Amino acid sequence: MIQFKEASLIKVKEIIARYPPGKQKSALLPVLHLAQVEFGGWLDVPVMDYVASILNIEPIEVYEVASFYSMYNLKPVGKHVFEVCQTGPCMLNGSDNIIDYIKQKLNIGVGETTIDGMFTLKTVECLGACGYAPMMQLGKIYREHLTKEKVDAIIDECRAKAN
Amino acid sequence: MQSLMNAELKRINTMSRKLLLEKAHVEGIRHYDVYRREGGYRSVEKALKMQPNDIVEEVKKSGLRGRGGAGFPTGMKWSFLAKPDGVPRYLVCNADESEPGTFKDRYLMEFIPHILIEGMIVASYALGSNNSYIYIRGEYDWITDILEEAIAEAKQNGWLGKNIQGSGFDCEMYVQRGAGAYICGEETALLESLEGKRGNPRIKPPFPAIKGLWGCPTVVNNVETLAAVVPIINEGAEEYAKIGIGKSTGTKLISACGNINKPGIYEIDMTISVEEFIYSDEYCGGIPNGKKLKACIPGGSSVPILPANLLLTTAKGEKRLMNYESLSDGGFATGSMMGSGGFIVLDEDQCIVKHTYTLARFYRHESCGQCSPCREGTGWMEKILLSIEKGKGKMSDIDLLWDIQRKIEGNTICPLGDAAAWPVAAAIRHFRDEFEWHVNNPDKCLTENFGLRHYADPIHVPV
Repeated sequence: MIQFKEASLIKVKEIIARYPPGKQKSALLPVLHLAQVEFGGWLDVPVMDYVASILNIEPIEVYEVASFYSMYNLKPVGKHVFEVCQTGPCMLNGSDNIIDYIKQKLNIGVGETTIDGMFTLKTVECLGACGYAPMMQLGKIYREHLTKEKVDAIIDECRAKAN
Repeated sequence: MQSLMNAELKRINTMSRKLLLEKAHVEGIRHYDVYRREGGYRSVEKALKMQPNDIVEEVKKSGLRGRGGAGFPTGMKWSFLAKPDGVPRYLVCNADESEPGTFKDRYLMEFIPHILIEGMIVASYALGSNNSYIYIRGEYDWITDILEEAIAEAKQNGWLGKNIQGSGFDCEMYVQRGAGAYICGEETALLESLEGKRGNPRIKPPFPAIKGLWGCPTVVNNVETLAAVVPIINEGAEEYAKIGIGKSTGTKLISACGNINKPGIYEIDMTISVEEFIYSDEYCGGIPNGKKLKACIPGGSSVPILPANLLLTTAKGEKRLMNYESLSDGGFATGSMMGSGGFIVLDEDQCIVKHTYTLARFYRHESCGQCSPCREGTGWMEKILLSIEKGKGKMSDIDLLWDIQRKIEGNTICPLGDAAAWPVAAAIRHFRDEFEWHVNNPDKCLTENFGLRHYADPIHVPV
């Protein structure tokens, strides 16, 4: 059965309290973020149904939001998701080469996950790090001024965490 | 990230007049104690002794214009706020910074979060908002933590919560994370998103000032705009308005990126020339490897790209300055816009077709899909640009591109349609021969670039 941990349930209550009574639907985006972290990095249908039930809204209201925003994963992803920016300013600074290098190094295409379930490669549009290009988002933070060497180091770092 | 911060702070410290980043170099300024010691929250003390309407007047007098991109006078926006009895009013900070080339709000929030909170408390008091929200783009996850920590510090010290500093004014502040959607930077889409829905822009009118968040009167302001309220209240509107030139008062944060030696955030007063901004060591420090300037998008990806000659000099032959009026001098025929201050520089080896393609792809990805011209048109533009870029374009494709962008512009609910159309229009307007070269040289264009050609030649000055 899908159920938030106690700490998350407290957090959900805290979030709902930010809005006027009856406007708990406003908590949907933050609660989906929580759910994605807690339930394996993506939003399966039962997870979205659960979120609908705790916010007292219809499941369709959750699906239509989850499918709109690019940060919600609607299918499973690897343990570490490389989200590499490819928009103008990053392109001017060589993001194409970084994407090609990651593809070759991990032997996956864009949108794919390595067989061991460790890495997913995604390309994303502008993340607001244009002065520190090329860059990627990895979990909560940005990795900037990427070079092939830095990519190698990041991959090693992720693998080391798994051991 | 730490070394980056130090290098950047050192640079900021050596620059000219600063109002927002003046204290950015102070160790520990991210935290309340240091921020307060450096004079933080004085504007709240001053404001709470003023009448709310006088604060609105002060902001009007300062000439402050919205720093998110539209440049609409902030004081006027505030004065439009409806005040029906018994209906709550809301202040919402737009921290959804997503315009390619723009990363200034992130900088303010990451390194001096209290200046935003301080500005928001003053604005909340002026507008009568007892619950104010910061809507931040979802990817700025770590900055959300920084802001929440700063809000908690402000609350512990009596600047938020009930009866702030004994004034009788109550204000709570919350941070809401988006989840990856450029369109939520459009204020009505932002409000939809804050209500837990898809970021589909609303039809205006009614404007948010009448019917905004949960149907209540709402003001939505950019991060930098709200931070600028602090020096306006501290120094007075008249002092603030003395900085800058004409209707470009105060200072502006510029996010500089692309092919320059010193990318980063610069606070400028709006009197310096574009040329000085690019080549002076105080700012961008010129173009790497001795390359020449080819083109620049001076105000974020949506505004027209200009070739080097028109960027540095207006069609009238005057030096172009870094302000609202000068950057837009000549209209779209020969000028551009200040926009959000996202300054993207392209050197002589960059391909205009490819760069425009990445922007078209961006807008296709970010179109919410409500309006057909934008939903369909952005996709067509992306596909056509890609085929020209890959040497598979026809000469008629260039006219087709022009035709599509004309049919998007002005025909959509929100300005994303215009934002998608303008970069394509400007690229064809100024660089048509580069597009034609791609069509005429389908093999060559895969291995070499069109280069600089005449884009840096002195421009013809009409007599």
